[in-house]
Amino acid sequence: MLINHLLPCGALTNTGSAFWQMISQQEKIKLLHFMRFVRLFDRRMVLWQRQGKIGTYAPVEGQEASQIGSALALNKLDWIFPSYREQGVAFTLGIPTTSIIQYWSGHIEGCKPPIGYRYVPPTVPIATQLPHAVGAAWSIKKRKEDAIAIAYFGDGATSEGDFHEALNFAGVFHLPVLFFCQNNGYAISVPFEKQSATKSVVDRAKAYEIDEYQVDGNDILAVYDVIKNARKKKRPALIEAMTYRTGAHTTADDASRYRCEEEVRVWLNRDPLYRYEQLCIKEGLLDEEQLTKEDEKMAIHLDQSMKEVEQKTPNLPSGLFNHVYYQLPNWLEKQQEEASEDVNNGSVHC
Amino acid sequence: MLTMVQSIADAQRVALELDENVLLLGEDIGKNGGVFRATEGLWEQFGSDRVIDTPLSEAGIVGSSLGLAMGGFKPIVEIQFLSFITPAFEQIVSHVARMRLRSQGVFSNSMVIRAPYGGGIGAPELHSDSTEAYFVHTPGLRVVVPSSPYTAKGLLLGAIECPDPVLFLEPLRLYRSRKEEVPSSYFTCPIDKAKRWREGEDVTLIGWGAMIPILIDASQMLIEQDISAEVIDLQSLSPIDEDTIFDSARKTGRVVIVHEAPRTCGVGAEIAARLSEEVIDSLEAPIKRVAGYDVPYPLFALEHAYLPNVNKVVRAVMELVYFQ
Repeated sequence: MLINHLLPCGALTNTGSAFWQMISQQEKIKLLHFMRFVRLFDRRMVLWQRQGKIGTYAPVEGQEASQIGSALALNKLDWIFPSYREQGVAFTLGIPTTSIIQYWSGHIEGCKPPIGYRYVPPTVPIATQLPHAVGAAWSIKKRKEDAIAIAYFGDGATSEGDFHEALNFAGVFHLPVLFFCQNNGYAISVPFEKQSATKSVVDRAKAYEIDEYQVDGNDILAVYDVIKNARKKKRPALIEAMTYRTGAHTTADDASRYRCEEEVRVWLNRDPLYRYEQLCIKEGLLDEEQLTKEDEKMAIHLDQSMKEVEQKTPNLPSGLFNHVYYQLPNWLEKQQEEASEDVNNGSVHC
Repeated sequence: MLTMVQSIADAQRVALELDENVLLLGEDIGKNGGVFRATEGLWEQFGSDRVIDTPLSEAGIVGSSLGLAMGGFKPIVEIQFLSFITPAFEQIVSHVARMRLRSQGVFSNSMVIRAPYGGGIGAPELHSDSTEAYFVHTPGLRVVVPSSPYTAKGLLLGAIECPDPVLFLEPLRLYRSRKEEVPSSYFTCPIDKAKRWREGEDVTLIGWGAMIPILIDASQMLIEQDISAEVIDLQSLSPIDEDTIFDSARKTGRVVIVHEAPRTCGVGAEIAARLSEEVIDSLEAPIKRVAGYDVPYPLFALEHAYLPNVNKVVRAVMELVYFQ
């Protein structure tokens, strides 16, 4: 059964009203602010890509409720294994904006998590991060930590072998790991009905004896509630958030080749930010003046972050060699000297 | 006196005793003690929380081991045969080898992946491949191959001590071929150094793993022809110990490289390339490879025709000695 707290028009369902009573004012405002920030940030990233300031980019727009709702339900010790479209998760968890920009500008330094964070660099191949999350959950269980591991992935990932191997391990060893699928309907151009004979992703949970939740992924309250609830249980679970990327797969993709306008329009009417804003207006939580100020602050923050990345990111050949091994071995030291020599003799411009 | 497979079990026992973060994962490694008994007795001694029988799922084993390594554990993974490592190939080359780099030093990728490998024992189809070159071609990994019971224990403990991920390839043919004295205590052999088994003046024979007894036998036969051969056991395929092979090649002026893997783009090709870049002035003859043919490893009825042997090595040496 699809868990739904907030309807596209912004009205609460019965379960939604109950959940709304349970959460604090502060939480409600946080959800709103992060949704607005992430949308602004994401649109700015697309713009920067068009201006040639960053590389190919995978936009989040449309999936903010899934990403922010889940991220805000996590705790500091939780291990997070994102795929490449989780800028909303990263931003919400406090990964510096500069790191996210660095990564999409082609700098490996952007992958480095801040001290004390268990936020793993985004995984680019499909579904391969799921077994890693299983291992991290295993380590949590062995050390008896109050934490879980969560892996983010899309509907396409559910066709990969690693998805099934990971869910099987999680079921066999009873590990505290959440498999969070944002089913946005498409794996680049291939629609879910061509990806899977089962009607939904959660159908697969039964095969591995793990918990299952199917949630309206454009409903931030429902996602927040489901993840809070699932993480408390410390049991393996498959969560399917039904959502839609309103943009293209990446800035190199043209979604109009495989999706009709009418379908996109239907989903724009289910926009996650719009519906939560409608609720906040009704509940008197939306302070226009305050929000405008916040938006302006965010715009300044984004510009400053970009400037910082442009000015401060190192771009030396040593970046090729650092951390390939625990210590730079002597045979790579020689190759590093070669690379530096190429810079010195003008063969390579840095 | 221990066989190689016993010394490998012993190394893992010592590692499990020494460090509570060491975990063993693999198929049939628990109650069964491994299909080759390389984990014999460890499940009984350390229990199923540390000697873990996993589902039959190579990508799952290696992928979850990476997660465990990130959480501070030290997994030692057994892949039942190197031929069966391919489902985990993506995990190894795309993730295990890169996690330290991608996290810029924050997350550990320290683990040992053990795999029995190589031919010559009449094993079923797809149980005998030597695919070491795939992994030598992958930056971030180390690849180590022992050739005796003593060095197997020392190198395996050295690999376990190493903070980098190590693929530890165990030559099937040597598992029980001979016994020798192996200390029961903790000791390591350096995992980035080649070993000189025999000193010689006229030709350098380079090999690793199951080729070493063949090279030693060949050097014995060559003595009868008055040819003195130096036998070098690479031990570490990644990195390659250049100093040892360059010194030897400069001394003898002739090099034969011997491996079971197909010739094209085998590790022998890399060694030959490095020799030609660095010591070509000292060479008196072309560098010669004796290797598997560029065909899939045959079913066992024909493996004797595929594999390098003493005669093939001796013939190759003769070609070099009489090279004009």
